[in-house]
Amino acid sequence: MNKMDRSILALREMDALAAGDSPVHQLHPVAKLLTTIAYIAATVSFGKYQLSGLLVMILYPALVFSLSGVGVGTCLRKLRFVLPLVLAVGLFNPLFDRAPLLTVGGVTVSGGVVSMVTLMLKGVFCLAASFLLMATTSIDDLCAALRRLHVPSLLVTLLLLTFRYVGVMTEELSVMTDAYHLRAPGQKGIRFAAWGSFLGQLLLRSMDRADELYGSMQLRGFSGSFAYAGSKRFSGRDAVWLILWALIFALCRSFDVAGVLGALLMGGNR
Amino acid sequence: MIQFENVTAYYEKDAPILKNVSFTVERGEAVGLIGANGAGKTTLMRALLGLLPHEGRITVDGVEVTKKTLPEIRRKLGFVLQNSDNQMFMPTVYEDMIFGPLNYGASREEAEARVDAVLSRLELTELKHRHNHKLSGGEKRMAAIATVLAMEPEAILMDEPTSALDPQNRRLVINTVRELPETKLITSHDLDMIWDTCDRVILLDRGTVAADGPAEEILRSRELLETNRMELPLRFSAL
Repeated sequence: MNKMDRSILALREMDALAAGDSPVHQLHPVAKLLTTIAYIAATVSFGKYQLSGLLVMILYPALVFSLSGVGVGTCLRKLRFVLPLVLAVGLFNPLFDRAPLLTVGGVTVSGGVVSMVTLMLKGVFCLAASFLLMATTSIDDLCAALRRLHVPSLLVTLLLLTFRYVGVMTEELSVMTDAYHLRAPGQKGIRFAAWGSFLGQLLLRSMDRADELYGSMQLRGFSGSFAYAGSKRFSGRDAVWLILWALIFALCRSFDVAGVLGALLMGGNR
Repeated sequence: MIQFENVTAYYEKDAPILKNVSFTVERGEAVGLIGANGAGKTTLMRALLGLLPHEGRITVDGVEVTKKTLPEIRRKLGFVLQNSDNQMFMPTVYEDMIFGPLNYGASREEAEARVDAVLSRLELTELKHRHNHKLSGGEKRMAAIATVLAMEPEAILMDEPTSALDPQNRRLVINTVRELPETKLITSHDLDMIWDTCDRVILLDRGTVAADGPAEEILRSRELLETNRMELPLRFSAL
């Protein structure tokens, strides 16, 4: 299996994950989309030293992971290329902000270290929430949700077709790469001299296939906007999910829930 | 129902693939379109569906194929592509099947009823929620036919419906196609399949109609077929 085949499988794996049947999968896509947006907004709005407050935000991804049956390992594997970038954000904060902020077990922690950890957690939480949205909602449902929120049809269709055509192009690339390596045994990668014709062929072949696919869509009445197959009715359960989470996020944002819990558990002696 | 009058179709204007082609397909007829590679079979289908520019007159139920009438024409004609991977662009069979009816304004309930009816008619109900990329070649071809039938077309066009299928799946597709009551226009190199499914055959050669007549007459004529770069169907060549 070449790299392209693995990419195709990865794309299909997301489709397969989104086709699950857990309580989270069954929620209306608009409810999931709005909850995710609210979560991201609440998470990024924490101040750079509000680490304890931010920690409570793990509740949402943790619960969704548990309810949806999507594995944390799957998430980490899918995000393995992005996570290091996110973790790199704020890496230099400890160098610029050395003012002591708090003492933990006799060790003084600078503001830079706290802000670095806060930034990293914000990134990880937001990525996890976005991943969970994609893993529990098919691209068609997601696009249907965007249309319901009045995102312009052109943008939504563009998003959907891009998602579909990435697969088409990757498939063509996979076939061409296999054909190349079968006649270039022992060669690592594709020789530089062949890049031009390889990319040219890839473009032409992808265009041909895209043209054929588009023809097939036109023949079945496609005229520029999708009549989204997966759209469902927004039920009371969806409203409860959305409102409840919005309230929890607002609560976490307004009060230092971790601090309050800590004070309660420690009997106020912190 | 389908009429071609002096039709010339082309990809590049100075190199027409189809030249002055004329014929009529009556409602309910099953017509096989045969010819060697490059004879113009697929081009003819694409011109009929308005996917290719043409000169001359093509009509479907009296409606001329023009840019303006394409939605109406395409509503009447269902096209099964040679490569089912290009036909099935949605994640699951169900989503692919419901795509056409919804686009043509059917309500969700009506579209779902149609999907269920077609799946049951073709005995494919177990495929309904399967992912397209997990279907075998034969299943994919049957699902592709189902997506077209869900649109309730008046005529079905098929481009090489049995290509790349194993014998059992080929037989399944042939039996299915034979039972379809709609008007059929089928291109294929599989002349045994054409024999099994079509009453009439149009033989194309280098973009022109070389012969048009009963399947019995054309598919048994070794001389006619060989003159036009074809061979007798296997069932007759062994005799």
